[in-house]
Amino acid sequence: MRIVLEKRLTPSRSMQYLSPVVAILLSLATFFVIFLLAGIDPMRALYIYFVEPLTALWSIEDLLVKAVPIILIAIGLSFCYQSAVWNIGAEGQLAAGALAGAAIPILFPTLQGPAVITAMILMGIAGGMAYAAIPAILKIRFNANETLTTLMLVYVANLFLDYMARGPWRDPAGFNFPNSRPFDEGQMLPVIAGESIRLSIIFMLVAVVVAWFMTTKTMTGFKIRVLGQSPRAGSFGGFSRNKMVMLTFLISGGLAGLAGICEVMGPIGLLRTSVSPGYGFTAIIVAFLGRLHPFGILIAGLLLALSYMGGEGAQVAIGLSDQTTQVFQGMLLFYVLACDSFIYYRLRIVRQPALDAATVR
Amino acid sequence: MTMMEGILLTIVTAATPLLFAAIGELVAERAGVLNLGVEGMMAIGAVCGFAATAVTGMPIVGVLVAMIGGMLAAGLFGIVALFFVANQNATGVALTLFGLGLSGLIGDRFVGMPGIPVPRVDIPGLSDLPIVGRLVFGQDPLVYLAVVLAIGTWWFLFRTRGGLVLRAVGDNHGSAHALGFSVIRTRFLAVLFGGLCAGLGGAYLSLVYTPQWTPMMTGGRGWIALALVVFASWLPGRLVIGALLFGGVSILQLHAQAIGIGIPSQFLSMLPYIVTVIALVIISRNRTLLSVNTPACLGRAFVPDS
Repeated sequence: MRIVLEKRLTPSRSMQYLSPVVAILLSLATFFVIFLLAGIDPMRALYIYFVEPLTALWSIEDLLVKAVPIILIAIGLSFCYQSAVWNIGAEGQLAAGALAGAAIPILFPTLQGPAVITAMILMGIAGGMAYAAIPAILKIRFNANETLTTLMLVYVANLFLDYMARGPWRDPAGFNFPNSRPFDEGQMLPVIAGESIRLSIIFMLVAVVVAWFMTTKTMTGFKIRVLGQSPRAGSFGGFSRNKMVMLTFLISGGLAGLAGICEVMGPIGLLRTSVSPGYGFTAIIVAFLGRLHPFGILIAGLLLALSYMGGEGAQVAIGLSDQTTQVFQGMLLFYVLACDSFIYYRLRIVRQPALDAATVR
Repeated sequence: MTMMEGILLTIVTAATPLLFAAIGELVAERAGVLNLGVEGMMAIGAVCGFAATAVTGMPIVGVLVAMIGGMLAAGLFGIVALFFVANQNATGVALTLFGLGLSGLIGDRFVGMPGIPVPRVDIPGLSDLPIVGRLVFGQDPLVYLAVVLAIGTWWFLFRTRGGLVLRAVGDNHGSAHALGFSVIRTRFLAVLFGGLCAGLGGAYLSLVYTPQWTPMMTGGRGWIALALVVFASWLPGRLVIGALLFGGVSILQLHAQAIGIGIPSQFLSMLPYIVTVIALVIISRNRTLLSVNTPACLGRAFVPDS
């Protein structure tokens, strides 16, 4: 007796919705076992991780603040992944956006007001786009594998950010900390709700709705999906693969850059050697967990922001390493990918052992 | 020891972890599997090697445990990507994220602990020869293992029946399946071998190259190894040359920093990554060269239609 995968005649709609849920439950179950083995009360640990952050108003606010950059980036990445473009360098595009936007308040500290804020946001988007255009051009012109180039460029961008924050853009009056001058209120995104929820949450919601509209209602969205599923079919349809590569890279780079400058203009309030705790990588998981669908990404982004919150809480309460969060995130992606195969395949138990169908035929 | 000799020695040391990881990935890719999780597998190998050595006091145990750790990580990838036919790109990224996180978790209590150095193998007489002495006959045992592995891989791939089957599976999985070879099993074994090698590469970093454990100590070497495979156009011989070249760049960067030339250290640290991108571009623009050796089914999932 053995178990084989069998292709379904039509993709299973119910599995499409069930798979992320099953993946989350499996991740939680695995975490339960890991905590048990590590001698930590699993119920308490899971409570601290996934429930406690939701029990206080301030932590729900913090959750939303963390979810904004993750969701923004994941929305952009979903365009890439739908067209089978493997941009995994959003972390670098985020840094590029943060650098480009922060240039204004650092070089012209006296400028303030809505126009400056707008300019900073636009510079952030442009910075992310420009940085994403590099791997796009290398792929289109020279056929260079974008998975590798985007990732290499993450290291380059982070090192450059490190250099700028320690070197030319360091605050002379900053007691030698590797930071820029703290920005003034007139150079940051206005708070629109609570203590720390800023305008960036609106950008995120707009991005979700626009992405939903683009993918479901426009020709561009259709082209992206066709080229992603079958480049040949796409080229027969007269769609240009190269244009799509560039477009999806610009969209994802722009949104990652926006996320970067919003971090600088919001929660952080200055430029420092690192502006993201890995949001660009977490967003990859969010994109897949959310089925590459804008509304799915919205939910998945909130969940993974929760895992960041829980990780911080567990570090304080039970002394767990902050790496636990990353382990949870990686594991979740594994489970999502494995469960996703049940959308297209079903398990079948074959009773007669050695007699292969191949030999019978 | 002259300075030139010193530089050459460090180039070999810097090239070895890259060679280990890239040889394993070359075999996996020849079987048609693109495993982007090399960085994660190396991190697991690095922490397993360091932890096992620290606990037992024996580097040899560390190396063995690193190999097993790398293989287990690769097995995870293999199950999801091969048995559950998940997208290989995404699964590989998952393995890297998971591996980096898990290695940090395991290594938490080993941060800052001094490592136990792997003894060098000195061949009396030969090691004392000028120039070639230390370079060829006075390396640590893992360097020799890497060279043997590279030659062995070439021999296996191009001179044995098993290698022929493996390449057939990577070039045309449909035909290989029709001829009665088990595509999934071959690929799974190739992936496990890749994990073993990446584990060795990681262990080399934490036992010989730095001897210590720090989180994220792999520093992108897994990704550079992936680029190296493309650079070598899937040929083991070119892989050795490529590893020495890339090792050379990262060493040059260190020496330049030590001498204190007026360039900020961050720019020098960027060098290996920028060189990797440039090398990829130069190789990739030559589509004919690539198409000769690229496994035709690279990255494509296979489902037997039983």
